[in-house]
Amino acid sequence: MKVLLVGEYREGQLLESCFELEAFADELKAERATLLVGSADACQKLRGKVYFADAADYLEYNPDLHKRLVLEAAARENADHIVFSHSAYGWDLAPRVAAALKAGQVSDIIAVRDGKFEVGCLNGKMRRLVAPATAKAVLTLQPGAFTLKNPGPPEPRIEKLDVEKTASPVNFLGYEPAEKKEVDLTKAAIIVGAGRGIGKQENLAVISALAEALHAEVGASRPVVDAGWLDHSRQVGSTGQVVSPKLYLACGISGATQHLTGMRKSGFIVAINKDKEAPISELADVLVIADLIPFAAALTARLKKP
Amino acid sequence: MKILVCVKQVPDLETTFKPNPEGTWFDETDLAFQLNDCDEYAVEEAVRLKEKLAGAPDITVLSIGPRRVVETIKRALAMGADRGVHIEDAEAYRKDPWQIASLIANFAREKKFDLIFTGMQSQDRGSGQVGVLAAELLGLACATTIVAFEFTGGLCRVRRELAGGVKGVVELKLPALLTCQSGLNVPRYPTLPNIMKARKKELLTVGAETLGKEGPAVVTEKFYPPARKGAGVVLEGEAAETADKLAGILREKIPGLRGL
Repeated sequence: MKVLLVGEYREGQLLESCFELEAFADELKAERATLLVGSADACQKLRGKVYFADAADYLEYNPDLHKRLVLEAAARENADHIVFSHSAYGWDLAPRVAAALKAGQVSDIIAVRDGKFEVGCLNGKMRRLVAPATAKAVLTLQPGAFTLKNPGPPEPRIEKLDVEKTASPVNFLGYEPAEKKEVDLTKAAIIVGAGRGIGKQENLAVISALAEALHAEVGASRPVVDAGWLDHSRQVGSTGQVVSPKLYLACGISGATQHLTGMRKSGFIVAINKDKEAPISELADVLVIADLIPFAAALTARLKKP
Repeated sequence: MKILVCVKQVPDLETTFKPNPEGTWFDETDLAFQLNDCDEYAVEEAVRLKEKLAGAPDITVLSIGPRRVVETIKRALAMGADRGVHIEDAEAYRKDPWQIASLIANFAREKKFDLIFTGMQSQDRGSGQVGVLAAELLGLACATTIVAFEFTGGLCRVRRELAGGVKGVVELKLPALLTCQSGLNVPRYPTLPNIMKARKKELLTVGAETLGKEGPAVVTEKFYPPARKGAGVVLEGEAAETADKLAGILREKIPGLRGL
């Protein structure tokens, strides 16, 4: 089996997800080549055959040109699988490649089982085992699901790749940096995370009081931030901050995949939730099944007792 | 300007899912259904654009599925879409993203929509492919995971969410398809008068079988719950008593915590 890995490069840097793609290829025991639209320097960090297209020519984001580069490299390799990270880049580019090849796409893969792919569904509550119905397939991998165990030294065999540059109706204007942070959650020893289960903004006071009693920082899941109840810098997750406190107290957080990615490495995880089957329970060292607000108030009172 | 918004009806997720008899998707018995969250942002953004352009755009909202999805179309109509299209398909739950995108593309091809909004993924299946596949099938400019949208001088300017708060700024020419991420806007609640008005809006039903017969590109073999770690302690009961137990566990497991 042959796989083409499509590496990711942003703001002049090779992204770590490239090594997750390599780990996946190793797990499949597949012969692999990597395509990187990036810099010659970044290619030096990779292993095996590398198709290199210069980001100076093709930009870091230009879906039409990147699609053509992927198709060209896949044709040269006669790749069975074309593999991306399920990041903003893969999210955007992979289906374009799948459409062009009329190939099936399996998104957000978390494991390989007997040559088939396990993916999450229903916000992580259930799993599906999926197989492509087409000869060639496009795959995207859940960030963090595959880890390169014995990388060995980088030893790329680089081949320059070019395609004709045509005009695109999509024009990449540049990056907008992250907003200034109100708080750096990565330094917090204890985080009390507030989720949709807090119900309404006024209930944040109860969560803040609990955080204060624990000398903790308040974090949040995405819906709480999207609703404008807390600042974006308090968002824990793959699109917010990735944290690893000694204690993470998840309050009313069901545990969408992108949130779990952000707090999985916490030392000790307590989840307070009404729904005992919420995906957060998979990670919880202690699961408290309770009505959040009265329980949080009771815990605060208990902690304040001398 | 003609706008299409594609929405999906998904189950309320705060429930226990059981496999259906085929063992490839969930059993629908006793489930409540609602508008997919990212699609709600898509509807809201389309309605805001209509308001900004003094009502000029005509918004069609489309959903694929059995009879029950009409309720979801009505919700979008009550939010401000002008007309609904129900692609009736009792087998929609079996269809993969390629098949669903093909239905959308076959419906939209001759209609010459200038702008199509979709959610970036569904909460149930979560493949995140349908919007982009439909754009490719229709030959439209496309940007995904947008968290900001402006329309000026005939161009769309969007911000795409990347990682760690960094955004990519992208400009697109029409016709275009945009897939919406949560946080793009704060969707409105339909008012009672608008819910009443929505009942009178045009709702076209189209049989899925009239929009082509693409086979699947991926096949679900099995549907099952995740393996539980099982090592966790479960606490349940009266609040003060449970709080007492939890405080005890924390004191034991995390020595040196202040406040315990």
